[in-house]
Amino acid sequence: MPTIVVEVMPKAELLDPQGKAVAGALGRLGQTQPALSNVTGVRVGKRFEISIEGAADEATLAAVRELADTVLSNSVIEDVVGIHVQDAPSSAVA
Amino acid sequence: MRIGVVTFPGSLDDRDAARAVRLAGADAVALWHGDHDLHGVDALVLPGGFSYGDYLRAGAIASLSPIMTEVIDAANKGMPVLGICNGFQMLTEAHLLDGGLIRNEQGRFICRDQGLRIENNASDWTTGFAADAEIVIPLKNGEGSFMASDETLKKLEGEGRIVARYIRGNPNGSLNDIAGVTNARGNVVGLMPHPEHAVEAGFGPDTDDAMASGIDGLTFFTSVIARALVAR
Repeated sequence: MPTIVVEVMPKAELLDPQGKAVAGALGRLGQTQPALSNVTGVRVGKRFEISIEGAADEATLAAVRELADTVLSNSVIEDVVGIHVQDAPSSAVA
Repeated sequence: MRIGVVTFPGSLDDRDAARAVRLAGADAVALWHGDHDLHGVDALVLPGGFSYGDYLRAGAIASLSPIMTEVIDAANKGMPVLGICNGFQMLTEAHLLDGGLIRNEQGRFICRDQGLRIENNASDWTTGFAADAEIVIPLKNGEGSFMASDETLKKLEGEGRIVARYIRGNPNGSLNDIAGVTNARGNVVGLMPHPEHAVEAGFGPDTDDAMASGIDGLTFFTSVIARALVAR
C-alpha cells in the first residue's frame, strides 16, 4: 500500500523544550557512556504516514502537500521538512 | 444577554466558564462541538481543557470541529469571542488570532496565581478594566509559551493588540511576556490564564485582604455584557 510520509519539525529558531529535555537525559547518560558524550543537541519532531489506495499520483501528492501545510503543521511554530512516498507503512529496522 | 460556552471532547473548564457568565449577569448557553448551531447567542467562550488530548497540536483538531465553521463566521462578523487557554490555542489554530503557543520554556506544567497587566482595555472583553490595571488570576497550562514571527510581533505591539502581559516574571517563555492578544477589531480575545477561575470570593486567588478572595477575572465577563448594553 503506497504510503506518503510527511515530516514536521519545530521551527529551528524556536526553543524546543521537548528536545531540550531529551538532550538533558542524554547528557546524563554521556557521563557513563562516552560514545554519547559528543551529542550536542536533540530536536523532536513528528512523522505522519498516510496510507492511500491506488497510486500516489501528482493530484494526491498535491493534496497531501496542502494538508501538510494547513493541518499537519502550523507554520507559525513548525516547518514541513520532508514529504516522500514509500511502498508501505514503516516497520522496524531489521 | 446570552453567552455560549462550547464544549469539545476534552474540555475541562466549560462548567466554570458557564458559571462565570452567570455570576457576571448573563445567561450561559451550552453549545456542542459537533453541532452547526450557535443557538442565537450574543457572544462565545471557547473554554480551557485538553481537547483531543492535545493530539497533533494543542487546539488543532478542535479548530476543525463542525461548530468552528459557525464560530469563525460569527467572529468575522464581529461577535465577541473569548478563548481561554485551550480556547486561545484553538483561536490561533483557526487563524482568528495571530501567533501560536508552544510548550512552556521549562518543559513543565505550570499552575499558579499569576499577575497580569491589562494593556488594552478597548477590546470587547476588557472595557471594564482601568488603563494598565494589574490583576491576579490563575494560570495553568503546559503549552502556554506565545510565539510569533518578528513581523507579527511588531504588528501586534504597534497596533496595541497585546491585551494582557505577565508581570513579576515571565512564567513560560512567552515572547514579550505576552499572556493574551486580540484581533484588529477587538472582538476576539485569547488569554492563556483563566479569568473564569477568579469570579467568586472563596474560590479565587489569595489577596492582601483575605484568602481566596480574588475576583479579578469577573471583569472580562462583565465587560462584554456592558458592551452589549451600550451597543443595543
